Amino acid sequence: MKSLSFFDEMLSAPDSVRDPYKVYHDWFSQDDIKRLRRKSQEAEAFFRRIGITFNVYGQEEADERLIPFDIVPRIISAKEWSKLERGIEQRVRAINAFLHDIYHRQEILRAGRIPCELIAGNEAFTPEMIGVNPAGGVYTHIAGVDLVRTGEDDFFVLEDNVRTPSGVSYMLENRETMLQMFPELFAQMKVRPVSPYPQLLRRSLSASLPAGTRNSEPVLAVLTPGIHNSAYFEHAFIADQMGADLVESQDLRIEDGYVAMRTTQGYKPIDVLYRRVDDDYLDPLTFNPDSLLGVPGIMDVYRAGNITIANAPGTGIADDKALYSYMPDIIEFYTGERAILKNVPTWRCSEPEALRYVLDNLSELVVKEVHGSGGYGMLVGPAASKKELSMFEAKLRARPENYIAQPTLSLSTVPILAKSGLAPRHVDLRPFVLVSPNRIDITPGGLTRVALKKGSLVVNSSQGGGTKDTWVLGD
Amino acid sequence: MVDVTRLSIRHITTYSYEQPVHYALQKLRLTPRSGHGQSVVEWSSTVTGGRKQLVYDDPLMNHTELVKVDSGATHVEIVSEGIVDVEDRHGVIGRHSGFAPLWLYETATPLTAAGNNVRHLAAQLRQETDGMDDLSRMHRLAADIGTAVQYEIGQTNAGTTAEMALTAGHGVCQDHAHIMIATARHLGYPARYISGYLLMDGQTGQDASHAWCEIHLETLGWIGFDVSNGICPDGRYVRVAVGRDYGDAAPIVGIRQGDGAEALTVSLQVQQ
Repeated sequence: MKSLSFFDEMLSAPDSVRDPYKVYHDWFSQDDIKRLRRKSQEAEAFFRRIGITFNVYGQEEADERLIPFDIVPRIISAKEWSKLERGIEQRVRAINAFLHDIYHRQEILRAGRIPCELIAGNEAFTPEMIGVNPAGGVYTHIAGVDLVRTGEDDFFVLEDNVRTPSGVSYMLENRETMLQMFPELFAQMKVRPVSPYPQLLRRSLSASLPAGTRNSEPVLAVLTPGIHNSAYFEHAFIADQMGADLVESQDLRIEDGYVAMRTTQGYKPIDVLYRRVDDDYLDPLTFNPDSLLGVPGIMDVYRAGNITIANAPGTGIADDKALYSYMPDIIEFYTGERAILKNVPTWRCSEPEALRYVLDNLSELVVKEVHGSGGYGMLVGPAASKKELSMFEAKLRARPENYIAQPTLSLSTVPILAKSGLAPRHVDLRPFVLVSPNRIDITPGGLTRVALKKGSLVVNSSQGGGTKDTWVLGD
Repeated sequence: MVDVTRLSIRHITTYSYEQPVHYALQKLRLTPRSGHGQSVVEWSSTVTGGRKQLVYDDPLMNHTELVKVDSGATHVEIVSEGIVDVEDRHGVIGRHSGFAPLWLYETATPLTAAGNNVRHLAAQLRQETDGMDDLSRMHRLAADIGTAVQYEIGQTNAGTTAEMALTAGHGVCQDHAHIMIATARHLGYPARYISGYLLMDGQTGQDASHAWCEIHLETLGWIGFDVSNGICPDGRYVRVAVGRDYGDAAPIVGIRQGDGAEALTVSLQVQQ
């Protein structure tokens, strides 16, 4: 692997600490490393006790595994955050406008700004959403935009995650843990809180009530596939934190034209369903008829305006990796502004010239499946063996339209507490965005994922990544 | 003076369940819409043994109703009836409209995916109709399918694909429509499935509702073709629902919790 230079978020030079980290660095230098190690073990015990664990797909023994937590925070200055905030807001606004357009008049296709084939042949386009008007025009109530940093002012959006982004429970629990372990640090530094998130989520969802609601108070529920889902903990956690009911398929049925949940006082109509069940499994009467995880008839109720589904079905079309490369055009088309956040240059392998380039430079590129997520089915060229490279070459030749490729980004590093003391590791950032009809709230912070293996660029928890608390500093 | 036929339709669907129903839903697409040469004078649908939950227009603008079967019911009857005035427009429906993009009807669905036989039929047609205009070519296609696939009840079912029916060489109106849709799409024409009613000469009672297809031609827009009867729909045809295939336009689809068999009977009368 080539040796690249990486942007270190703590140290701009070996003995020069960047501004946002100054207070922390001083504190760390004066502290006892043995004490910190003990703290780190405490944190792990804490997570095990509250049960934030996850299952890894595709592993024979899908034991519950703890996502490792690193106690060194990732720190972002107020100025850096404000730019990110503006960029994310612009992007999410554009995505909502795009989704409304693509399921109505399709002006962007008529204008020729993105090729029609990209939508027409796309499995993520959901015909059942044609003509639906979600409450307040909101499609992506919750988004988790993945960002990476490569330099002082260089942030790139990696993925928009506007289907059902997960990880917010880690953001909240990581902070809780840090507050308990290092209260003295929070006394010294002005770290903006993330704890209002559940109440903001509640307020945001309550602002998107369906036209046909008959409840005097908004009734919210979180739909989970059940205890066997890898994110079940998060579903239960979110429901609990925002004061909503956690429901499963068997708790729900259609009553008087509404989706209603079973309660001790009979069936109660739901206004907003935050569903953590994928589109395909959401309604066996409309989508996959074999699904046992969904609610038969919910799409009919939705269409008739008697429930809000968060996020709306069909948002995956905006999350599609083949479409991703058009995001700057999409932003410009709907907002009239240039994109504030950068897009990673992307080769669409469906295009013969791009494919040729990708095949010629495979060992330097990252190749992703168009509909994939979670780091599965992905090739990181510089880290791949000869055998992996040739296997991927065959895949690319067989189904080029299924892949996109991007340059290997020099992801920034933030130190972790390693055996040797502080050691830099690559990170990304997933801030959580809440969209309601008249406002967008971005929680200051988010989930910082860190590749714990030295030199690794893959931060996904399913591939050996860990998490860090993310501190956004006040002015 | 436009030639208008007044049709009176009464369509009764009955479900009988071996065991009392615990929970079941039915989605109905049984109500014709006014427009494209047909005008609904009056229409009503009534359900016994169940309750209407919702009424709405689906993505393809089909008038849709969601019915919940009464808990404990062993019998559900849906009566859909009314009067429709139909002009004879020789199958011409005209320009595409609505939010559903035309390209939606260009993409194959599982029921209309082209296999070897559909591809062969398309290739043969391309050769035979070289230089012909689109309309004549589609007439030829309808005639070819009518010859290749005999109308025969009981050989196919709702899950039979276009390719399967073409290979078998027999089928019903649904299969004819699917084969024509599959072949037309394979040749690059947008095509869609229509479910509806047909006034049959000298016969009031029928066993099932009818189905045909529409092909989109650049010059004329949507044109109907009834392969089973070898004609373009005229004043005897009432369009009820549109779809990419049967699945989108099915008169009734349902889901039921619980065991036990169910039996379906249909009684349909179309008269002038």
